[in-house]
Amino acid sequence: MSQTAVDLAWRVLDTVPDPEIPVLSVRDLGIVRDVSCDQGGASVVLTPTYSGCPATEEIARSVREALEAAGFEPVTVTLRRAPAWTTDWISEAGRRKLLDYGIAPPGPEATDRSGAGLRPIRLLARSIDCPRCGSKRTERLSAFGSTACKALHRCLICLEPFEHFKPI
Amino acid sequence: MNSENRRQDTPRGRAGEPSPIAEPLDAGGRAASITIGDSPELRYVLRLADTCLIHAQRLTEWCGHAPVLEEDIALSNLALDLLGQARALLTHAGAIDGRGYDEDRLAFLREERDYLNLTLVEQPLRRGSAHSPGGDFADTQVRNLLLAVWLKLTWERLQSSSDAELAAVAGKAVKEARYHVEHAAGWVIRLGDGTQESSRRTQAAIERIWPFTAEMFADDEVDRAISARGIGPARSALLEPWLVEVQAVIDEAGVGMPGASRFISSGSRGMHSEHLGFVLAEMQSLQRTYPGGVW
Repeated sequence: MSQTAVDLAWRVLDTVPDPEIPVLSVRDLGIVRDVSCDQGGASVVLTPTYSGCPATEEIARSVREALEAAGFEPVTVTLRRAPAWTTDWISEAGRRKLLDYGIAPPGPEATDRSGAGLRPIRLLARSIDCPRCGSKRTERLSAFGSTACKALHRCLICLEPFEHFKPI
Repeated sequence: MNSENRRQDTPRGRAGEPSPIAEPLDAGGRAASITIGDSPELRYVLRLADTCLIHAQRLTEWCGHAPVLEEDIALSNLALDLLGQARALLTHAGAIDGRGYDEDRLAFLREERDYLNLTLVEQPLRRGSAHSPGGDFADTQVRNLLLAVWLKLTWERLQSSSDAELAAVAGKAVKEARYHVEHAAGWVIRLGDGTQESSRRTQAAIERIWPFTAEMFADDEVDRAISARGIGPARSALLEPWLVEVQAVIDEAGVGMPGASRFISSGSRGMHSEHLGFVLAEMQSLQRTYPGGVW
């Protein structure tokens, strides 16, 4: 019984969009860390993406409203900081949706950056494939874009600007 | 006087909506100040929180004024990360303090002497910003570099803090700080290794800012207590790795590193330069005038 409820809750979470990138559900984004159901209620644990992400409170509210609309009562949403969210948690489906939407998906997050020989300076980040024409000849304009999670890039072949969901 | 009576004398944040909290008022009908205790745990968290908060507040002065649009967006993003880090730390400070103060009350109702940020972050950034002639764009980028490396080193060490909440905040913040270091390093190199004029101004910025860096590595009783309890690193332990990283950027930028100065600023002990009062007056004016006002 409870397992069925948990499956239903996950399916509901599949329909809750990220407010900044609505093509992604909160489940695709990998911020839903735990779902449990008990006696008609649901408890969801979310991990915020960035410390200052203004969407965090909005997401928590949408999750609560969606589960309540699906009949769960009471619904509790808690935020858990550790372990910290990483773009490695974005699902494969989520990555495909990002690409279709025109945002280059993140590569794997480097797990160890403290090794010897690593240059502290990286003026030109490794190039990201253009999500429009597929060219590898692109350049980064800025590591900071329209939201905390995206960087600004430009394709040198099709000349279109595009965003990259930066690995973190 | 009960809280209802007080409310009638008080301008409201939003018409018709009661304040979520009955804020104590001062004689002028404005939100009264709160004070903070002496525990090293509280003071340590507030030092870090206030450094992030005031650094963020200063960086937002660039919003709409940066030399290019991409940089305007980048500086606002840096400020947003720092503000998020400050919010988490202030909430944690409120829990340590135990008197029920939330992040907003800690940010908006403390006076200058109870603010514990590094003196460096309260220095004016932008030429023509309120109350001060300030520096130029090189000042901003040099300051960002020196602070981002220091914060990154601090967050790296706090990931293994005996304080689980601090460790959790650090686990997120360290990833953000890496991008901040990379961004500022890119600019310092571009400016230092650019034209004669940009190089001259970068060097001048380094020399103006450098004296404020001694405070980042000066231990006092708070640092000794928290490092003995495994909560965080002693500030002195950050000096060597900080110098290595900063030197690498400064070398690549083709500018020079000044010698150590004997001046040690004292913002983290609550004794500030003449600039913090103006920052707080602007930052706190809304909450002071409309006590408990919410969005």
